[in-house]
Order: sequence, then C-alpha cells, then structure tokens
Amino acid sequence: MSLLELDDVSVTYKLAGGELPAVRGVSLSLEAGEAVGVVGESGSGKSTLAMALLRLLPRDARISGRILLDGEDVLAMSWGRLRAVRWAQASIVFQGAQHGLNPVHRIGDQIAEPLLIHKLASPDQARRRVAELLDQVGLPGWRAKSYPHELSGGQRQRVMIAMALACEPRLIVADEPTTALDVMVQAQVLTLIRELIATDDISLLMISHDLSVLADLCDRLAVMYAGRVVETGPADGTFTHPYSRALAAAFPTIGDLSSRLAPKGLGGDPPDPLQLPSGCAFHPRCPVALDTCSTVSIELRPAGERRTAACVLAGEAV
Amino acid sequence: MLEANNLAVEFAGRGRRARAVDGVNLSVGAGEIVALVGESGCGKTTLARTLLGLERPTSGEVRYDGSALSHRGRALKAYRRQVQLILQDPMGSLNPRQTVYEAVAEGPRIHGLPDEEQVVAEALSRAGLRPPERFFLRYPHELSGGQRQRVVIAGALALNPKVLIADEPVASLDASVRGEILALLLRLRNELGLSALVVTHDLGLAWNIADRVAVMYLGRIVESGPVEQILTAPQHPYTQALLSVLPESPDRIVLTGEPPDPTRIPTGCRFHPRCQLLASGKAAAAGIDTACHSEPLPILSSAADPQTACHLTLVDS
Ligand SMILES: Nc1ncnc2c1ncn2[C@@H]1O[C@H](COP(=O)(O)OP(=O)(O)O)[C@@H](O)[C@H]1O
Ligand SMILES: Nc1ncnc2c1ncn2[C@@H]1O[C@H](COP(=O)(O)OP(=O)(O)O)[C@@H](O)[C@H]1O
Ligand code: SF4
Ligand SMILES: [Mg+2]
Ligand SMILES: [Mg+2]
Repeated sequence: MSLLELDDVSVTYKLAGGELPAVRGVSLSLEAGEAVGVVGESGSGKSTLAMALLRLLPRDARISGRILLDGEDVLAMSWGRLRAVRWAQASIVFQGAQHGLNPVHRIGDQIAEPLLIHKLASPDQARRRVAELLDQVGLPGWRAKSYPHELSGGQRQRVMIAMALACEPRLIVADEPTTALDVMVQAQVLTLIRELIATDDISLLMISHDLSVLADLCDRLAVMYAGRVVETGPADGTFTHPYSRALAAAFPTIGDLSSRLAPKGLGGDPPDPLQLPSGCAFHPRCPVALDTCSTVSIELRPAGERRTAACVLAGEAV
Repeated sequence: MLEANNLAVEFAGRGRRARAVDGVNLSVGAGEIVALVGESGCGKTTLARTLLGLERPTSGEVRYDGSALSHRGRALKAYRRQVQLILQDPMGSLNPRQTVYEAVAEGPRIHGLPDEEQVVAEALSRAGLRPPERFFLRYPHELSGGQRQRVVIAGALALNPKVLIADEPVASLDASVRGEILALLLRLRNELGLSALVVTHDLGLAWNIADRVAVMYLGRIVESGPVEQILTAPQHPYTQALLSVLPESPDRIVLTGEPPDPTRIPTGCRFHPRCQLLASGKAAAAGIDTACHSEPLPILSSAADPQTACHLTLVDS
C-alpha cells in the first residue's frame, strides 16, 4: 500500500465572479521512504494540492476525489482524527517560513507544542526533545529561548523543519521550503533535508517552482500545469511533455555550450484559471501542438519506463 | 563606457558604519553585458544605485563616457537619460493606477521628448509588446508578470538609453517566462548595441546572457573575468563554493553561516571566516594562512581579463 495516494483530486475556489478550478483531477502516489517532487509555475495549483492533503484549505475551497494517507481516507476523517493525523503522521513545512511561526512565542515552546497537544511527551521530555530536534536541524540548544524575529530566514526555516519533525511523522510535505532563501543558505537547508530523507524513514513530498532543486533531491517528479499533473517520471530521466521540456530548458547547465548566450523560454503566458484554454490547456504555448490539441483533452498515458505524460505525442517519438 | 573607480559607499547605522560597497573597480564596455553576482547583502544593489547616481559614493567616482559623474541637477538628469534602471519587482515599480501608456510616457515627458505617442509605441514594441496600441490602455493588474516586466523595460527604452542597469530582472518571474525576458535583453544588445549591467544572484543567468561576470563578496569584487572562464574554472574559493552548490555539480562546498555583515568586515581576506581552503588546512599547507587572517588583498582592477583576490592565487602567479 502506498503511504499517500491521491485519486482524481480536484479543488475549486468559490469566488465572487465564479469558480476557480485550482487543482483538476490529480492522481499521484508516494511510497514509504520515497521523495517525490511537484514542480510547476506559480498558480499551477501546487500549494492548493499540498493544503488539500491535510484539509488545510480555506472555507471557500471545495475538494473532491480521494486522498488516502496510509490507507485512511483524509476527506472522510472527523476533525478530531484530522488533528491527530496532522503533525503526527504528516506535517507541512510552508514557503519561506512566513506562516507557521508565532512572533510572540519562544521557538522552543512552538516546537514543543505539537508534542504536548498530542500528549506524546511530558513537559520535561518535550524540553529534551526540543534540544534534540534543534541539534538535528543544526541549531544550538540555547536557540530554544529565542523569538522568531531574532533568527535569520534560514534559521527560521530550520525551526519550521524541527517543528515538522517533532512528532516523528512518516510524511513531510515541504512547500517551497527554500524559495525565499539566499543561495548558500538554500544549500544548507537542502543539505539538511537530504540528510533527513537519507537517514530516517521519512517520505517527502516537495513542492517547488524550481526544477533544478527538485531534480537533485527527489526520486520521482510530477510536473503540474494549470491545475493538472502533465507528467510523472523518475527524476533522473528525460522529460517527454513539451511543457516539462521547456521548463527543463529554462534552467541552464553551466558549461553547456548550447545554452551559452542562448536563454530558452516559452512564448505566451501561463493560463488564467478562470479562462482555461480548451483541449490541452498547454496548446496555445505548445511548440509542437497538433490541430486536435485545441479540442481534445489528454489524460496521462504511458510514455516510457515508469513515465506518464498527458500529451497526444507521448509514447511516440516527439 | 560606464566605470566605477575605487568606489566606496558607507551607510551610517546605529553605532557602526556599514561599508556596503568597499572599494570596487568595475567597467561595462559599449555593447557589453556584465553580470554582477553574489549573495544578498553583499552590496550589489548599492553598487548599482551608485552607478545610476541615486546614491552618493563616500569615496571614489563613477565615470561615464570618459568623464566623472556630476551629482548636480542638469548633468545628472542628462546622465539618467543615458543610463536606465530596470527593477526587480515589476509590480512594485509600476503604479497600479497608471495605464501602460502613462507608465512608459513618464520618462519621455520628464525629459521633454517630442512625438510622445510614437516614442511610447516604439518602446513597447521593442520590449516585445505588439501591437503596442493594444497595450496602451491596460493597467498593470490586467497583465501577466512577464508582460509587466516588459512594460518596465519599455519605460527604460523610451529614453533611448545607452546602458541598462537591471537589478534581478527575472527574479520574480516564472521559469518559462524568464528565458523570454533574458532573450529580450540579449536582443537589445545585439540590435541596438545597448550595454547592460545585470545584478543577480543567479549564476545560470550570467551563463545565459553575460559576456563578463564579477563576483562580489562583502562589498568587494573577489573574482572577475570572461563568463566561460570564471564559471567553468573559478579560481576564488568563494566562486568555487557558489558554483558547487548548483544542482548537478558533483562535490558540494556548502559554506556555513549567514551572508556576512558589512558593519564587521573581517581583517585580512574578508572571506577568511568562511573560506573552505583555510578551514581544511590547504591555505596553511600553501603557507598563506597568516596572510589570510591579517594581510588585506589588493583591490581588483576594472580590466576585462580574469582576476582573483585570494592570497593563494597571488602566490601561484
Ligand atoms: N484562497 C484562495 N482563494 C481563491 N483562489 C485561490 C486561493 N488560493 C489560491 N488560489 C488560486 O488558485 C490557483 C492555484 O494557486 P496555488 O495553489 O497557490 O498555486 P501555486 O502554489 O502553484 O503557485 C491560482 O490561480 C490562485 O490564484
Ligand atoms: N539605505 C541604506 N541604509 C543602511 N544600510 C543599507 C542601505 N542600503 C543597503 N544597506 C546595507 O548595505 C548592505 C548591502 O546591501 P545591498 O546593496 O542591498 O545588497 P544586495 O543588493 O547585494 O543584496 C546590506 O547590509 C544592507 O543592509
Ligand atoms: S586569501 Fe585565504 S582566506 Fe581568502 S579566499 Fe584565499 S585562501 Fe581563502
Ligand atoms: Mg505556492
Ligand atoms: Mg539587491
């Protein structure tokens, strides 16, 4: 059984002017011990998907489909059960550590909070566990007494990771955990995440707009476009979908002469979710689109070794 | 074309002074694209603003077309027509209540250029917003991020500048759009002969569009030279570390600690507290460790050939 299984998950936001389909029929699974990356441009629905996993979405969002966490249907859970599952089985590290840290509480108390709420530790044990966790994320123990504003961005992100680890969950969902950080600090945090998934029995679902970060860290990748997964496959393989290919080309490899003085982009703009193009949502920007692409919507289909892609050309020579 | 000579910019803070730019020589030749890279807080924006005359240097000077930049009203205004700034965040640098037309026409109006409508239309289409008339009456919120950045670029192009200074021009854009904006900057250079200084923390961007790169650390340029050479065979330990943390590079050198503080610039080599060669004993083996701790390094010149401010390379050469 997969640790996490999404089956045809959709999320729609109700707006004054209509409905916004943010996630459209996503199916995806993650095995125990696996690291899966979800990549896509801003607005493609990544954060909405992450929040849907633990039902952290705002009230105006409607979820459909099925989300199985360790075999248990998340959408059918009572609030009490959901509270128990959050932190203890799966926890989320959010983008840029903006959310999540309370400015008026010491960070030690914030890390201990899920332990105490879930009655997993006495106050004394919690204190020891906090010291252990801080050490694990590379912060000195005395930092437990600090307030969030006394820490740098990189240190706050470490605290968020310590919080996520506190109850020893089996799944960590990390939503752009390094996006607001500087290159070297980003490398420090990525090293930490890499160590965590290598040593502990922790699975990772990592979300980023930066393909290069994910390709390096994850076993498998899912590419999102306009609320859909348009490709899945091993992180070290070659993409099939024309969108994934364009995304990969946008991150040059230094030393690769074909990208020297030749930046590669993609014409057109990301689609407006309120006016999605017909057929394959990518067709207006697609360099190899066929006539049928504007009318026929394509589901994920086999596209090589452990790879699926939602493109008419998938499985054929592109 | 545009040159910084021994430029220093200090800010008075509470107590200590921040030496944001601490002795920089840098030149951007005609039709040349130079990338200025480094971690945040190393002084890139301050250097860029000083080159534009928006910040007064504490010492040293900015030279343009052979003469020193004057901070007096008329001369500065004329200078600002030649050297244009493109900012990072297109949403922040556009007024949400101003149409695209008004935004692009602002510069030409201040400088009293004739044929305003034609100037605006031409600038928009050079920036890739075609047909330009279709964009005249749009507001920023009706545009995508990439289109907004094009409007900002059009605003700069409207004055027919010789040099663009772009501060993180694609940092807030999506990956697929990023390439298009970089291609635009490259095309402006190829077709109009514009020079550009592109400030970025992204080494891939330098590889994509720059001829030369200057690596800045704590207010100084520590390595500079042609992009191919510096990015494929870096000599300075800091440049080596920056390149090593890119995905796909085999051996990561992850420097510890945070980007350093310009109010406390270390003695000797300013990089020494984080230097991996010093920490691993390689510097000591080469007999330079005392120098690393206590002997300041010379300021690199603005010459185009490769240069490195490290005691090890001084010993080697
Ligand atoms: N709370 C919300 N209410 C309405 N629309 C939202 C809300 N959150 C996100 N959206 C919209 O849903 C789409 C997907 O957003 P998001 O999941 O944040 O994407 P990503 O994380 O990939 O950038 C976007 O069009 C966004 O504007
Ligand atoms: N107006 C200012 N007043 C005081 N300190 C400043 C000012 N502008 C920048 N600094 C300081 O100067 C240093 C360099 O900043 P900046 O030039 O913005 O770096 P970068 O663009 O490389 O991130 C930073 O430590 C910053 O805090
Ligand atoms: S001078 Fe010494 S401390 Fe500085 S970069 Fe070179 S080896 Fe490292
Ligand atoms: Mg997001
Ligand atoms: Mg800056």
